[in-house]
Amino acid sequence: MAKPMDQITWRELEVGAVVVEVGNAMEYETGSWRSERPVVNREQCIKCGVCWLFCPDVCIVRAPEGHFEANLTYCKGCGICAKECPVGCITMISEEE
Amino acid sequence: MPKVRKGVEVSIAIADAVAQADTDVIAAYPITPQTHIVEHLSEIVANGELDAEFVPVDSEHSAMSVCCGSSAVGARTFTSTSSQGLALMSEIFFIAAAMRLPMVMALANRSLSSPLSIWNDHTDTMMVRDAGWVHIFVENGQECYDNIFCSYRMSEDPEVRLPVAINLDGFILTHMIEPIEYEDDETIRKYLPPFTMINALHPDNPVSMGCFGMPEIYTETQMNREHGIRNSYPVILKAWDEWGKLTGRYYRPVETYRADDAEYCIVTMGSYGETAMEVVDTLRAEGEKVGVVKIRLWRPFPYDEIRAALLGKKSLVVIDRAISFGGPGGPVASELRSALYQKKGAPTIVNYVAGLAGRDVSRKDFRNIILEGKEKARRGETEGFTLYGLRG
Repeated sequence: MAKPMDQITWRELEVGAVVVEVGNAMEYETGSWRSERPVVNREQCIKCGVCWLFCPDVCIVRAPEGHFEANLTYCKGCGICAKECPVGCITMISEEE
Repeated sequence: MPKVRKGVEVSIAIADAVAQADTDVIAAYPITPQTHIVEHLSEIVANGELDAEFVPVDSEHSAMSVCCGSSAVGARTFTSTSSQGLALMSEIFFIAAAMRLPMVMALANRSLSSPLSIWNDHTDTMMVRDAGWVHIFVENGQECYDNIFCSYRMSEDPEVRLPVAINLDGFILTHMIEPIEYEDDETIRKYLPPFTMINALHPDNPVSMGCFGMPEIYTETQMNREHGIRNSYPVILKAWDEWGKLTGRYYRPVETYRADDAEYCIVTMGSYGETAMEVVDTLRAEGEKVGVVKIRLWRPFPYDEIRAALLGKKSLVVIDRAISFGGPGGPVASELRSALYQKKGAPTIVNYVAGLAGRDVSRKDFRNIILEGKEKARRGETEGFTLYGLRG
């Protein structure tokens, strides 16, 4: 965003509060909502990409070696990736630990 | 369509106007007393006389949703509803205004259930008074026809971009056969050229509409909205003025009849204005110094014109067609009390609620209301409201 959301004045909004800047959801870092984080066991991972497909936040990215991992800046810790992983290689770990 | 004067049902004239306006999308669900409007439009589209999408939806909620979608891509959009239909679409009705989506609705005013009633009053439209739509009240069939074009002009203006509702009294207007002057297509094309939606949905220029708004931004979006509807006022005046220059039929936010030298006035909205004028003529002949003030533009509320017309009068008798239960009584009287409060020369206001759910208000009733209201004002009986004709 050109400006942080809490500094935009009402006159600066587009008519109808239309958002014309593409992909500005990136500015909203939802990782702070998380109480659990997904941890991938790379030994077990078969690099199928099911977690990448199911992540509702589109926060799972492919690592250079072909494994998949959550971007913790955005991951809300919903656990859908761990639930859907066909080989069970993703474990949800409490952020308190 | 050539310029022609013909006897036609008002609903049919509205449908013909929507077709003449080269509307692109019509989405509606039939409900009494609006049905003839969309029924005739579906015929016009099915006959190939209008190149438009007619979307026969499964409910009014869907109707307004389709209208939002079509307006968002920049299609000229029309819908029509009444009463329970408006209630069902109310969720999306508010969203249309908040997202500043131009469209026109013929709102055939009808009472809300319960008890179930299909007849006319203004309880349905008052439910959505604060949604942020422009609300126009019309008095006869000609005004319905004319205001379809004027409403599109207002709605699509890049400075406005708001949905506009034309409030017409159900049955009293929708089912009335009247002589109506149609303008020729060339005049309409000149007055209402195709419109371009700024920030329309298009794959080449992606935008997001109706986003999630955090507490940090919601307040700003609401001021943007409030500013939008207040700013529509000069555009509304211009749209009516240009229509007047083309056709000779001029409209104003507040219209008066024999009110300039009147000591007191009767205030109405909608089709009651016609009866009020007739009764005022009779009373004038008897020496009563009474006039009529008709509110045509309900939102944005025309404060300046209201004050210009009403300050200095001794009293006002305001006829409402809805009740704000447990509150101030009639919404129109409440608005006038607020607009005139603490202003120099503010008249005494007496409020009647009459004609609920189609109960006939005849010339005799108007006469009673005007004369009785004048006496109430003289005696200072201005609290609350009187439900005219109530038994017991």
